[in-house]
Amino acid sequence: MSTTPLTSNEHGQRLLAEHSSKEMLRFITCGSVDDGKSTLIGRLLMEAGAIYDDQIAALQQDSEKHGTTGGEIDTALLLDGLEDERQQGITIDVAYRYFTTAKRKFIIADTPGHEQFTRNMVTGASTANLALILVDASKGLLTQTKRHAFIASLLGIKHAVLVVNKMDLVDYEQSTFEHICQAFRNFAAKLELPDVRFVPISALKGDNVVQPSSNMLWHEGGSLLHMLEHVYIGGDENLRDLRFPVQWVNRPNADFRGFSGTVASGCLRVGEEVTVLPSRKTTTVERIVAMGSDLSEASASKSVTVTLKDEIDVTRGDMLVRRDNQPYVRREADAMLVWMSEQPLASGKQYWIKHTSHRTSGEVGDVLYSMDVNTLHRLPATTLQLNEVGRCRLSFHDPLMFDPYRRNRHTGSFIMVDRISNETVAAGMFLDPEMDVEEEHWETEPSRRLQRVESRVAMQQRSAKYGHAPFTVLITGLSGAGKTAIATKLEQQLFDSDHKCVVLDGQAMRFGISRDLGFSAVERSENLRRAAEISKMLNDSGLVCIAAFVAPHADVRDRMRDVVGHDRMVHVHLTTSIETCRQRDTSGRYVAADEGKIADFPGVTSPYEQPDQADLMIDTEDNSVDAAVDQIINLLETRS
Amino acid sequence: MSQHSSTIEPSSAQTSAHLEKLEAESIHIMREVAAELDHPVLLYSIGKDSSVILHLARKAFYPSKPPFPLLHIDSTWEFREMIEFREKYARQQLGLDVIAYSNQEGVQADINPFDHGSKVYTDVMRTQPLKAALDHYGFDGAIGGGRRDEERSRAKERVFSFRDKQHRWDPRNQRPELWNLYNTWKKSNECLRVFPLSNWTELDVWQYILQEQIPIVPLYFAKPHPVVQRDGEWIVVDDERMRLNPDEKPVTKTVRFRTLGCYPVTGAIESEATTVEEIVHEMLTTRVSERCGRVIDRDESAAMERKKREGYF
Repeated sequence: MSTTPLTSNEHGQRLLAEHSSKEMLRFITCGSVDDGKSTLIGRLLMEAGAIYDDQIAALQQDSEKHGTTGGEIDTALLLDGLEDERQQGITIDVAYRYFTTAKRKFIIADTPGHEQFTRNMVTGASTANLALILVDASKGLLTQTKRHAFIASLLGIKHAVLVVNKMDLVDYEQSTFEHICQAFRNFAAKLELPDVRFVPISALKGDNVVQPSSNMLWHEGGSLLHMLEHVYIGGDENLRDLRFPVQWVNRPNADFRGFSGTVASGCLRVGEEVTVLPSRKTTTVERIVAMGSDLSEASASKSVTVTLKDEIDVTRGDMLVRRDNQPYVRREADAMLVWMSEQPLASGKQYWIKHTSHRTSGEVGDVLYSMDVNTLHRLPATTLQLNEVGRCRLSFHDPLMFDPYRRNRHTGSFIMVDRISNETVAAGMFLDPEMDVEEEHWETEPSRRLQRVESRVAMQQRSAKYGHAPFTVLITGLSGAGKTAIATKLEQQLFDSDHKCVVLDGQAMRFGISRDLGFSAVERSENLRRAAEISKMLNDSGLVCIAAFVAPHADVRDRMRDVVGHDRMVHVHLTTSIETCRQRDTSGRYVAADEGKIADFPGVTSPYEQPDQADLMIDTEDNSVDAAVDQIINLLETRS
Repeated sequence: MSQHSSTIEPSSAQTSAHLEKLEAESIHIMREVAAELDHPVLLYSIGKDSSVILHLARKAFYPSKPPFPLLHIDSTWEFREMIEFREKYARQQLGLDVIAYSNQEGVQADINPFDHGSKVYTDVMRTQPLKAALDHYGFDGAIGGGRRDEERSRAKERVFSFRDKQHRWDPRNQRPELWNLYNTWKKSNECLRVFPLSNWTELDVWQYILQEQIPIVPLYFAKPHPVVQRDGEWIVVDDERMRLNPDEKPVTKTVRFRTLGCYPVTGAIESEATTVEEIVHEMLTTRVSERCGRVIDRDESAAMERKKREGYF
């Protein structure tokens, strides 16, 4: 080894400073050897300098012995750790790799892509910020790609990168890439993946892996490594809801009683009031003790020790929260389970449960359904087998203090352990007990006992009295396209011409009727379903309804038309480009979405499916609000 | 419950630097060990990783002392400076409970790396006494400084690694580790090995030593030593027990160590780094792996994996 230049020079100091403080990004790689996954990881590690020269030399030797590349370096061998697996030529577990750049430290959880290894992928995904989903450009989206995307979404991974590999096999064709991306977008719209990115690469040739490729100048998103270094993950931690599960009671002597733990979410501050669960006693944080000097605050993922002002009985498994922001405390809850054992789930059997720092026991009462991880279809089920995923109703021996997994990864997750073999049999993720937000109700049948009340006023009488037939105008488009401005102007004009009108707008819905809904694809869908039902009621009462919604999904818009009635609904779509919407935006929402701070922002962090058969398309770049309203009125006149 | 409809995260979101994250994770792991196992022990090898683990243990339980003793498996072939450091720093300065355990039969039979080869020697003087000590004191969990980046076979190692009552590691029968929820349920005769530094790299370890100013054995710093060259390695002649081949003549070279173990089988590197800062800088520019200097790892391909299955840490 050569003599190293010492650090007394400026270069050395800069190098030290550059590497002193980095963000850490944990990601999972999903794909099979066939997709070139090992080649990709090997290349990332080698080009990032994580493989030392003597390891490359050892790899060279191994390549000659076991490799499939005819003596050339087989980077796949770099990744296989265990002797017998290497001889079988398959990887069967989660392996962790590390590399670092001047910007970030990376931890890769490398998991195999086959269906029978769902359990391994779930394990790797449970601690990941980001998922790399590999696709072979020459094969396109496969069933396994959808499975990988589903598991990433199930485990609450917020950032996904679809890595379209082997672009060299398709002559670096942009259209092939775009086609695969679109197919993926369509599928991912059904999932909870707020931030999806795309990158075309050739791991074998090194295109777009670390350096941007001159073979794909049409790709403007930069290389994969550039993406990994820059994706904004600062918003991933839940900093709103204080949850501090007590892990250890620290009592060196009678004068000191500290409570140690890792802040699961939110922020603890000295002097602030906290409530201890389950006792519900309230006190104040006195000190946040650390070797060296005390801290004034500690936010999510920090491991700290706190002392409290009052002598309250607190033990391991208890939780410090805020009085006005508490988790659910329940003995029964629904959760998604991923079954990880050869022994199938047995309903009614007692299992050990570990949730935060709390150990208890519990059982599965009902399996509500299992999920086909390839098609996302729900299947009737009474048990779960190895690698199966399903929704279950559980009951616990003690009350658990939990949040829905979607909201809080740390207080929303638990494991189930067999009481005899001690093996971990399941990974559990709590669903929200109050809001079935993962449900949309387009298909839900109303109860058969319900009866419709017949009105004594006939539709013809209403139309005659009001002077017009009822109809619904659905105005759709990106945020900032001008939907609400057009809707209110249209309302005014129709009102002036003696129409009885109501405006339904996406925001207004969320003030009340849809207060419980968020902005995921499913929740947007449910919001529009409710709007559709209201439109129908208004129309049935003879009134005109103007509905202004982002409505990013084509199938959801179609369903609204089905509910309202094809002859009663007119669909006006504002084709205004995202660039224009972005320029008009004064609320900062586009900027926030670009930084990844807003999940599910159609057009930016989630797809917007442009309609191809709207009744009217208006570009509000060229048309004023008045002009747009005139066009709509003209259309309505021709229709009536 | 507060509202669920907001999707805008607070813009003040701050991600802590990587060392802070790693530190928090390691402390969490050690507290789990203390809370869920009956009689854990910290395996203390006196090297840099052990120094970091010890520091983290002190932080995890501050102002209390770590609620477990330190166990050093003394092969009797360690560098003298290591033993000195153990006594002066861990035992006297920190006042910790340090158990030093050697295979007395091995000592009496004069098992040494010269006559018996590194394989037999490591088994008799390290692996066997480790198992014997864990059994003797009835420890049910042993915290060690192993890192996944050290060696290929460690990449799939769990943070909580299960050993059966013979202390064997079965790579195919390890529990999945989900989130930070560690399953520590076990039968009474089983023993866990726990690796709080799993996600640390060698560079992280050095950066943390620099940041926290953690005391380490001076052998990590470059200094003139009497050395001989064997299989491309610089071996330091640390005491009179060193056997020299007829053609070997110790020369003085300025060297330091990247890993520490038994002096006759631990290679030094030529270096001018005399401070932790200089070592970090060297780390950022080196092209050679840390285990390059360990003779025992090169015995044969997959050597490490075999040693682990036999119970070597």
